[in-house]
Amino acid sequence: MELPTQKLIHTFGALADLGQEITDSSDMSEMLLTSLRLLLGAQGIRRGAIFEYLTEEGFLRLVAARGVASGFLDTLNLDDSGKQAFLDRGLMALFPEYVTSVKARLPDSLAYFTEIGSSFGIQLLIPMTVRGELVGVVLLGAKATDQRFSDEECEIIFSMARHIGVGIHTHRLLEQVAQRAEENRRLYEDLRTIYRDTVRAFAAAIDIKDKYTQGHSERVGKYSEIIARELGWTEEEVEGIAIAGYLHDIGKLVVERDIINAPYRIDAKASNELNRHPAAGFEILSPIHHPYTDIPLMAKYHHERLDGRGYPEGLTGDQIPEGAKIVSLADSFDAMTTDRPYRRRRSLEDVIQDFRDNAGKQFAPDVVIALCRALLKELNGESKERRILRLLGKNYFEPETIIPLLKELIAELNSEVTAAASTAD
Amino acid sequence: MADPIGFLVRSRCVGTAAIIYASDYLNKVGGERIERECKRQLESGCQTLVIDFHGTELVNSIGISILLGVIDVAEKNGAQVIFSDVNSQTAQLFEMLGLTRYVALAKDEQEALSSLAEFIPSTRNNGH
Repeated sequence: MELPTQKLIHTFGALADLGQEITDSSDMSEMLLTSLRLLLGAQGIRRGAIFEYLTEEGFLRLVAARGVASGFLDTLNLDDSGKQAFLDRGLMALFPEYVTSVKARLPDSLAYFTEIGSSFGIQLLIPMTVRGELVGVVLLGAKATDQRFSDEECEIIFSMARHIGVGIHTHRLLEQVAQRAEENRRLYEDLRTIYRDTVRAFAAAIDIKDKYTQGHSERVGKYSEIIARELGWTEEEVEGIAIAGYLHDIGKLVVERDIINAPYRIDAKASNELNRHPAAGFEILSPIHHPYTDIPLMAKYHHERLDGRGYPEGLTGDQIPEGAKIVSLADSFDAMTTDRPYRRRRSLEDVIQDFRDNAGKQFAPDVVIALCRALLKELNGESKERRILRLLGKNYFEPETIIPLLKELIAELNSEVTAAASTAD
Repeated sequence: MADPIGFLVRSRCVGTAAIIYASDYLNKVGGERIERECKRQLESGCQTLVIDFHGTELVNSIGISILLGVIDVAEKNGAQVIFSDVNSQTAQLFEMLGLTRYVALAKDEQEALSSLAEFIPSTRNNGH
């Protein structure tokens, strides 16, 4: 019997909606429930369920149900012969009186489904296959009209079930892709951790060579990170500058220990030898594929000055990479605020005065502002983390004295930066 | 209560009957709202659900499936379901898919209420 036109139009609409649901939905459970509703609504069927076939486990797992009584099965065993029957026969009826086609009758290997049918009002079993593989089974109850399923209706149901099968297959593939991506992300994170740990180990090795500046590289890394974050750098860039800070003195590994550890001011020859370390650092770091850009350059240029009186190349202003300007200030700040063999550390008032004297000559004013602002935020409680204060240690300065000095310097340098920008325009 | 984005289903109670007004297109979103409201009414002791299709142009497959679900739940609760003011095309669809075996069709909401055995003329409005 041919389907009436109105039913064909209704079914066609259901097929269109089903295609859209399978394509658009990112949630497999939601997709399956909606698909089941579409299938039931297309044929006027009161109850049904979708089972997903788990190949490795060898059973069917309930993934969507509608209108079935409570206590419906969560899983169904399916042995190889049962699975083969689904693949060979396609749509099958649990009770022959509900279908017109004889070929849709149930084989012996699936006879146990008749009990399920009797208990829960299920009449049809429809396998969902993709490329010859069983991905699941749809179980359907009687039509609301209580009439037999015609061959045409069985074909439509089979076709819709195949669509749903493709949906399951696609979602499984997407899940696999997502799993792989997650595994890769974890692997990448592990590699970054290994890289960071390796860098820390190198920093410790550098600092061990210099017995008077232990912990210097790590502190420079941390100050650089704080300054870059204050300047609004991205997290990726902040991580990169921290690494550059850790490794900025790696070139000292090739400088003689006696020169590094001299307990007095060194002569010109020794000074020249010591001044080789930025270029040597560049040579050591260049062959390494760092996950961040420009780390070798930051090591090479961390002793350059804005006025061109730095080394190794005497670069000026914008010729110096921004990262090198940050590491340079972090390096000097740590040098001034820690004890050295030939002098005690300077007072923080003195350090701030040094910044005032050398901003625009040795240090980039915007970088000095960033460090001062970060310190001020810690002092006035705006920043919960007290990273700079921890690095400087207790009883080093009186906040009441330092806060106004920092504010004053920030204001001064801000005016200078603004004036310089308007002159450049 | 204002419902600017249409999350609410209009309904009202007449004695032990609830009249629930279907949207212009009974699809997944509209159908689920109707389903929730029907369940709520049944849980509060409603004996008859009158679903009014006055403003409904189209019912899709999900809408049919949801209406079959409402019929199921009503049967389990011993309640009856009446569809009122169904346009001829939708009525044919309901007939063809067997819904009319379980529900009565009424010309309009008034006829639906008149057909009830026990009619209690107290009214209250709901907006759920």
